[in-house]
Amino acid sequence: MARATGKILSGEPRWRTQGLFRWLTALLMIVGFVLVYFFFLIYPSLRVLQLSFTNADIAGKGVFVGLANYARLLQDPNFWNALWNTLYFILLTVVPNTLLGFIMALLVLRLRRAQKLVLAAFFLPYVLPVSVVTNLWIWLLDQNFGIINYLSQSSIAWFQDPVFAMPAVAFVTIWWTVGFNILLFMAALQNVPRELYEAAQLDGATSTQVFRYITWPMVWPVTSLVLLLQLIAQFKIFDQVYLLTGGGPFDKTMVVLLLLYRSAFQQQQGGYSSTIGVVLLVVILLTSLVQARYSGLGRRTS
Amino acid sequence: MNKSLFFRLLAASATLLTLLFGLVWVFPVYWMLVTSLKSDTDTTLLPPKLLPSPIDFSAYTYILANSPILRWYANSVITSLVITALVLVLALLCAYALSQLEFPGKPWLYWIILAGFMIPFQASIVPLFMLMNKLGLVNSYAGIVLPQLASPIAVVIYKQFFDQVPRDLGDAARIDGATEFRVLFSVYLPMNWNITWALAIVTFIAAWNNFFWPFIVTNSIPMMTIPVGITQVQSAYGIAYAKTMATAVMAAFPTVVAYLLFQRRVTEGIMATAGLK
Repeated sequence: MARATGKILSGEPRWRTQGLFRWLTALLMIVGFVLVYFFFLIYPSLRVLQLSFTNADIAGKGVFVGLANYARLLQDPNFWNALWNTLYFILLTVVPNTLLGFIMALLVLRLRRAQKLVLAAFFLPYVLPVSVVTNLWIWLLDQNFGIINYLSQSSIAWFQDPVFAMPAVAFVTIWWTVGFNILLFMAALQNVPRELYEAAQLDGATSTQVFRYITWPMVWPVTSLVLLLQLIAQFKIFDQVYLLTGGGPFDKTMVVLLLLYRSAFQQQQGGYSSTIGVVLLVVILLTSLVQARYSGLGRRTS
Repeated sequence: MNKSLFFRLLAASATLLTLLFGLVWVFPVYWMLVTSLKSDTDTTLLPPKLLPSPIDFSAYTYILANSPILRWYANSVITSLVITALVLVLALLCAYALSQLEFPGKPWLYWIILAGFMIPFQASIVPLFMLMNKLGLVNSYAGIVLPQLASPIAVVIYKQFFDQVPRDLGDAARIDGATEFRVLFSVYLPMNWNITWALAIVTFIAAWNNFFWPFIVTNSIPMMTIPVGITQVQSAYGIAYAKTMATAVMAAFPTVVAYLLFQRRVTEGIMATAGLK
């Protein structure tokens, strides 16, 4: 019926030509989001760039100092240590978490009756607040009374040990977030058209061949998405590290965002901490651009 | 014959292994609950008791009586609900305009909103904190809420869904004289209740769980949200794990319940926000 009416009116309907009024309606609709978006995301992101060229304190008062902060950053052993530790954390989490997510997705998809239940078991940690996760693992990994040291008959102080602290934080992160990866992989695996498997079976393909030529190519786009999403998330790592180790022992788990936080809120260096912020911003923007190319902001709409 | 038996055994052991692994994975959550129901002396018993016997609620009553946990709860409930409602309303309106209306600068605006996906707000907490300080919003609900509204994800998702609504449906209402607001709320929104629910639950869980920003913008104990507040309890009690775990159980309760009740919606919401729909 709607279609018929549209045909009778033909051409540009009247309600579409009342230009000014329609612009005002549109303006009214976007103004709320646009205001908070520019005030609280775009403006701070530009201001951080400007602050990085000043010696501002945390109240924002300071003068232009050119590239002094950047020169200092390049020579700051604390910065390089934090960057190195962040990369180490990425290495310990991103690939293992993706692999585990993929394997568990394959295993969980095989299940019939218990599938929902088992998926929930893996996904449940993901909906816990980070401080609940960290408090829980501080308890599980307690040196004297923790159940893990009891079961393994060890007495390691996991989060205070220079060697084990970072792997322990990485492990907690994997426990917390692998459910997300499993979910994405399960969706990808279920999207592989059944006919492809049937055709392969008719052609007498072995299960290794099926995996190599059907499953894997269909799942690779999601794999790259999962890898890059994690890369971005783990480069910004702060919460778990701050709550589990506070950056210690001996700065062995000091990461970039924690260094920024210390420099800003404990040493009151608004300018220098903004410089670290710019590094964070640039690295994540570049990684996101790669992600946009792969998983496609462009393809989002199709 | 032998071969098929072998494969069936293999399949059965894979199933068993998966179930076992699932149990191991969820065990910490069980341990959190069990520990919270023990007395302080029972928590440090070796070997540990796998069941709380007798069940002891003293950790809960102690926390409720001696910590500001109810205040933190109230802070979290209020800010998370306000964030969820505002994120959805702002996104709904903006996405509708982007999808259905023409206005100058529209492609630009959409491009900037898409670019916002890539901007980590963590990089600019320093100017953001300065801004909040200048506005006098440190240690306030508005201070906690406002930056969390600047999230482009809901806008982009709504726009995608609105683009798929057949134009004729909206046009029919417009010819009947409906305003654009009317068209949005009586045609477009009702057609997209599922994604609205999914977005609402995912936004609520994210707001409830957000640690970093409330941690930066609150430093007075009564203004903390629950994920920030419970880190104070832990340092105050030292080794008193029954109490720490009781606060953890209380802090996690709403998101866990939301997930268990609305599993399918949560999954949908996660898929949509990851760009996989």
